[in-house]
Amino acid sequence: MHKLTIAEIARKLRSKEFSSEEITRHLLQRISELDTRYNSFVTVTAEQAIAQAKQADTRLASGDTEPMCGVPFAHKDIFCTNSVLTTCGSKMLSNFVPPYDACVVTNFKNAGAVMLGKTNMDEFAMGSSNETSYYGPVKNPWDTNCVPGGSSGGSAAAVAALLAPGATATDTGGSIRQPAALCGITGIKPTYGRVSRWGMIAFASSLDQAGVMAKSAEDAAIMLNTMASFDEKDSTCVDQPLEDYTAGLGNPLAGVTVGIPKEYFGEGLNAGTQAAVEAAIKELEKAGAKIKSISLPHTHLAVPAYYVIAPAECSANLSRFDGVRYGYRCDEPKDLEDLYKRSRGEGFGDEVKRRILVGTYCLSAGYYDAYYGKAQVVRRLIKQDFVEAFKEVDVIAGPTSPSPAFQFGAKSDDPVAMYLEDIYTIATNLAGLPGMSLPCGLVDDKPVGLQLIGNYFAEGKLLNLAHQFQQATDFHSLAPASIA
Amino acid sequence: MEWETVIGLEVHVQLATQTKIFSGSSIAFGAEPNTQACAIDLAMPGTLPVANEQAFRYATMFGLAVDAEIGKRSVFERKNYFYPDLPKGYQTTQLEEPIVGPGNVDILLSSGEQKRVRIHHAHLEEDAGKSVHEGASLGFSQAMSGIDLNRAGTPLIEVVTEPDMRNAEEAVAFARKLHSIVTSLGICDGEMSQGSMRFDVNISVRLKGGELGTRTETKNLNSFRFMERCIEQEVERQIEVLEEGGTITQETRLYDGDTHTARAMRSKEEANDYRYFPCPDLLPVILDDDYIEQVRSTLPELPDARQKRFEETYSLSAYDAGTLSADAAVASYFEATAKASGDAKLAANWLMGELSAKLNAEEIAIGGSKVSAEHLAGLIARIKDQTISNKIAKQVFEAMWNGEGDADSIIDAKGLKQVSDSGALEKMVDEVMSNNPSQVDNYRKADEKKRPKMLGFFVGQIMKASNGQANPQQLNEILKNKLDAE
Amino acid sequence: MNPSEIEKLANLARLKINEETIEQTAKSITEVLSLVDQLKAAETEGASPMAHPLDAVQRMRADVVSEANQREAFQKIAPATENGLYLVPKVID
Repeated sequence: MHKLTIAEIARKLRSKEFSSEEITRHLLQRISELDTRYNSFVTVTAEQAIAQAKQADTRLASGDTEPMCGVPFAHKDIFCTNSVLTTCGSKMLSNFVPPYDACVVTNFKNAGAVMLGKTNMDEFAMGSSNETSYYGPVKNPWDTNCVPGGSSGGSAAAVAALLAPGATATDTGGSIRQPAALCGITGIKPTYGRVSRWGMIAFASSLDQAGVMAKSAEDAAIMLNTMASFDEKDSTCVDQPLEDYTAGLGNPLAGVTVGIPKEYFGEGLNAGTQAAVEAAIKELEKAGAKIKSISLPHTHLAVPAYYVIAPAECSANLSRFDGVRYGYRCDEPKDLEDLYKRSRGEGFGDEVKRRILVGTYCLSAGYYDAYYGKAQVVRRLIKQDFVEAFKEVDVIAGPTSPSPAFQFGAKSDDPVAMYLEDIYTIATNLAGLPGMSLPCGLVDDKPVGLQLIGNYFAEGKLLNLAHQFQQATDFHSLAPASIA
Repeated sequence: MEWETVIGLEVHVQLATQTKIFSGSSIAFGAEPNTQACAIDLAMPGTLPVANEQAFRYATMFGLAVDAEIGKRSVFERKNYFYPDLPKGYQTTQLEEPIVGPGNVDILLSSGEQKRVRIHHAHLEEDAGKSVHEGASLGFSQAMSGIDLNRAGTPLIEVVTEPDMRNAEEAVAFARKLHSIVTSLGICDGEMSQGSMRFDVNISVRLKGGELGTRTETKNLNSFRFMERCIEQEVERQIEVLEEGGTITQETRLYDGDTHTARAMRSKEEANDYRYFPCPDLLPVILDDDYIEQVRSTLPELPDARQKRFEETYSLSAYDAGTLSADAAVASYFEATAKASGDAKLAANWLMGELSAKLNAEEIAIGGSKVSAEHLAGLIARIKDQTISNKIAKQVFEAMWNGEGDADSIIDAKGLKQVSDSGALEKMVDEVMSNNPSQVDNYRKADEKKRPKMLGFFVGQIMKASNGQANPQQLNEILKNKLDAE
Repeated sequence: MNPSEIEKLANLARLKINEETIEQTAKSITEVLSLVDQLKAAETEGASPMAHPLDAVQRMRADVVSEANQREAFQKIAPATENGLYLVPKVID
């Protein structure tokens, strides 16, 4: 049962091959047996899941047509869930049980989907290896000595280890795409503003965007249909008609132009990764797509601009965690300053503190123009690169991350090396464009991701391209040998 | 040495919206602590702001009223600092691109001189919550403070002036004028005691014509009287320091309304670096010309225009018209009284005299007056038709204030009607003349010039005998006739 | 970045940084700043700053009360409350 895709589960629930309760119990069982290996969940909500499954079975019996109805899945622990612990991977929120749901959580509830639990993540989504979680690192199901990527490493590992057929995730600089690549699954980050950020704990507000991780592009399309909505409670959410992302999945690739940015194939790219990505591009060409070489000349400035903008926004976003109204509070504060400094000093991990300090510095008097001001202008140039490129091509393709999964500790003491993990994914967030990653091969028995970037609101096009690729190949169906 | 004072104001004006600037919580005054603080106001994780349309309309109205340019694009920024009444750890405010640009406000000084105070800009922002220190009575340790976030997120406009004022009188005149403008617009309830308008005063002194001195800022003054005293004291203090050869420290001071003294704040403001940057949760606000013109077309009459109209329509002096037009509620009370009584001059005198004395004594606003405009007009009508004299009218007013009914019923019940029957008056005059033969004699011997003064004695006697009810004009005439007749 | 500069930043951000790790923190922040210093060389003539990816405009909400009192639910998860107030060590103005 756990090998099934969401599309298959939805069909089998309706043909009564099994009930939602049965598959939910089966997956809960798997999680309790296997997740000690991967640490992909922070919280498993078994009781609630079974209750939701029973409700879904009633809905299914009365002919409910919501594709996610009765389908078990997991939420990244960054989404607030009413009455369920929501930690954001931090000690700061180790006791935080919100009395409200994120918009995304409401959307899945309304669809009748069954939440299995909350997945582990880098603390406050800051990290590319899942080593910054207060709840311990997540292990890559392909090689448990390796990182799953981050920050949505728990969601990625849960899907890769067949503990959940799909999971929600968020992407601020690559946090969906990079772990999807490293864990050999499919993940999509939609256009900024397509999915509501209400109830999603903020890292960098102008970059954060929720998306999904699944075993296939088709499943990602099904989940995104449920997830995306217009939400008045998020001022940056876009009031634009919703598209049925599954509707265009059969479109042929003939006439689609795929741009290959030369800057994504330079120094630092692992040779095996490069070969796999180039082979995948050939595959797209075979399927009818036209391949065109393009240039995104400001690519080299994306990581520097990001590491000003994201820390600056996070330094303010995380000020609310002060030990006063919720979350961690230090023992016996001797005065107000002590309350603030120790609650925050003890409640946040090193990487979070590092980014707050960098952001504080970049915004402080005398440095604003050189850092934040300049980064905002560079951000414009990066967006402009894409605007120009999309005049000539429909989709951009390249590697998701420079190399396959690395060993624990390999980069954890070197923040800059860690930040360069996202060198190909970050520009997409700065521009607000949709991007996805799909498996395109193995290097040393570890998965490689092909990244696709689309124009604004062209998620449908991306998903179709990915789906066509997955019709012609079976990289997405590969599972780690250790997983039965 | 001749010193010159330089004063600039920053005024926080609470907007009279139903809800907060970025959430749907009520801003009604006086609720139980934290019962009007929703997830957004509490800065719960994952919550996001959505802007309140009415706050923008009100800010636009203010901008138009002070003849300012409206920012067609305004941007919210985050002002970062930690304070327990600031749940997000930053205040959402405007800095680089405020909604209201430079404007001006004209004030009238007691010398009769008109002065223009320039507005540097006005911006929209959210208010903070409140700290409560009375732990002992609220069941917590005196070493703790309690935080109430009901006020957090209340929409404010902060009006920043140029340093154009030169003394306390000018600053207070400006403050009163601003109060008059925002209450006339209906964008603020003007309740100073509830903190609906709060003034931060920047004060420096310099040798006349010299360079600007170091300024201090005294925060959160919420009455015109405190403001006046605070400025006078601070100017005195600064001059004293400078004359003794000292220097002024740039500092933030707090005024204590109980002791009428100010002191420097203990928290170190100078260590702050607010790290402003555009709020990524909010987008730029764009107001187009159509919108601005639409708002302009809904503007109510403003104090300056109203003053002019009062001068023209009711033939009032500039001073009277200014006093009566400043407050929208006073102005409408005046107009109702003037119209119903048919005598604007009397209405003005009564309003600025008896009525305002009563209101001041009992510390109530005109809205709470115990004598309605209708009743006051009724009283004025009886003065005009000579049913009662001015003196008796004061007695009737007192009775109306005490809730004894309208003027006519009080006059009836108390028998206060003026005696205008000439037969009765003649009888009284005869009686007084026969009781005071020597005074009559003296009068008749006195020369023409002294006689009017001596007439007063007889008038007084008759008024006494008639309980003040004798019609004074008629009485004068009869008296003069009889005394002059010999 | 030296430890005393870190101390100043940490104070602005109200973060306690342990004595033992402050050198390490200073070093790693210096490395991050040298990464972002690449921005300084960027040619940005004529480009305008971009705060939001979509250059969209703020939507407005009608001025209608939509939030009910939920004090109990919110204060259930608070570290310290009394009489409906959140408690903190004494605030000194």
